[in-house]
Amino acid sequence: MSELILERLVVGYGDGAPVLDGLDLTVADGAVVALLGANGAGKTTLLRALAGLTPARSGRILLGGTDLTGLAPEDRVRRGLALVPEGRGVVVELTVEENLRLGALWRHRGAARQRALDEAFELFEPLARRRHAAGHTLSGGERRMLALARALIAGPDVLLLDEPSLGLAPLVTAHLLGVLHETAARTGTTVLLAEQNVTGALSVADRGVVLNLGEVVADRPAAELSGDPRLRHAYLGF
Amino acid sequence: MDTLVFLVAAGLARGSVLALFAISLVIVWRAARVVNFAQAAMAVVGVYAGFALTAATGSYWLGVAGAVLTGALLGVLAERGPLRLVPRDNPLPGMIVAIGLVMVLQAGLAIAFGAAHRPVPAPFPQRPLSLGGVPVLSPYDLFTLATAAVVMAGLAWMFGRTSLGLQLRAAAFAPETSRLLGVRVGRMVTIGWAVSVAVAALAGLLLVPTELGLSPHAADILFVQAFAVAVIGGLDSPPGALLAGLGVGILTSLVTGYVTAAAAPLAVLGLLTAVLLVRPAGLFAAREARTA
Repeated sequence: MSELILERLVVGYGDGAPVLDGLDLTVADGAVVALLGANGAGKTTLLRALAGLTPARSGRILLGGTDLTGLAPEDRVRRGLALVPEGRGVVVELTVEENLRLGALWRHRGAARQRALDEAFELFEPLARRRHAAGHTLSGGERRMLALARALIAGPDVLLLDEPSLGLAPLVTAHLLGVLHETAARTGTTVLLAEQNVTGALSVADRGVVLNLGEVVADRPAAELSGDPRLRHAYLGF
Repeated sequence: MDTLVFLVAAGLARGSVLALFAISLVIVWRAARVVNFAQAAMAVVGVYAGFALTAATGSYWLGVAGAVLTGALLGVLAERGPLRLVPRDNPLPGMIVAIGLVMVLQAGLAIAFGAAHRPVPAPFPQRPLSLGGVPVLSPYDLFTLATAAVVMAGLAWMFGRTSLGLQLRAAAFAPETSRLLGVRVGRMVTIGWAVSVAVAALAGLLLVPTELGLSPHAADILFVQAFAVAVIGGLDSPPGALLAGLGVGILTSLVTGYVTAAAAPLAVLGLLTAVLLVRPAGLFAAREARTA
């Protein structure tokens, strides 16, 4: 029951021209969708609008039939949305464990919270070793891992990820995407993954949506997008 | 030697009040990125409320509760009222509103209660007890030290060990990320203000019996010194405020005792200048974060 529907969504900054101008998109319950496109295509703006950080000028966002459009980010989170923002998603002044506990606060109480923390540490073993380290001492990969773990600990219905692989070594990226794929398959979480690392994103996604200048220019099964050289060349530039 | 012991002990008592007030400034700075110049005026409103309650009921403890609750309420009103109306992307508008609040509150108190100093009796004797023939601390000083210690331990527990404290810290450091984790950041800022002004009112209440008495300006000097303390310790650091508060308390006591009372404010300013020259962010400011 977590189908995500965007209806004629218009989003922009200040009084400039809209970045997304009447975007329609449906993400089925439990689907893993890769959101592809060049810089400036509107991927980050779309995710920020979904999370409520950049309010939509018009249009609607429906999650499992509930209209989220007028809600503040913290209320959207409580209705099952989670965004892992690009880059600086970790509260660097807090420790690894405090960051995780913060993610679990509103979802789990008492003993269940501790269990959720233990599970997260099991899933992301490198974080367990740095449990009491302050966020600012973590490497880029560890931070990205922590941000993902913190989003997953709240058991979101829909997980939004903005460039999780940006600036990471291929091995780390593969681990992150692997955990993501495994978790989505196990829990039925709907995932919307914005990525410039097209190959990596399409390898874990069921579907690929290509954005260009705020419009959906292609919406195909992932295997079809990555397998057909003509499509790849036309939409993804390789 | 006797003089030294006495001066250090007296400095500790004064320093604990300073530290408490400085921590209240640190709390509101961390929560809202505002240096609350109205902290003294707001604290004194709380002290007046506590004083009135004590006079009406005869109970010092009801007065304490009244002062703290009035302080908390004032903090909420200030944050939900005027401070919500100004832009919060830089600290200047908030500071200007705070300075305006000082004028309104102090003038209001003077109109309502008069500008004269009212003597405030201490709840415990103020004659120093002797330790091996050396006069050290009075029972009231001991009460002040114990109260400050209990409150600071309580704050450290609240910020460090509870879910509320975790949310307060997260909201202060990273408001946007915190909202993405479901933290109600606006509410956390309001709670920060309430806690801050409540602590300031308690510090004011502890201070007045040791000074001239209660007047609308009773906490002004305390604010100036506590602000210096907060900056010396690093505006972001509660442990810094605690240690700098005790240090400055002892320093002013020593300078007052061995040189002259008039030189004490100069000593504080000298220390402030020296610290700002060597460590502009304060002695206990957070270290540079790893950026890669």
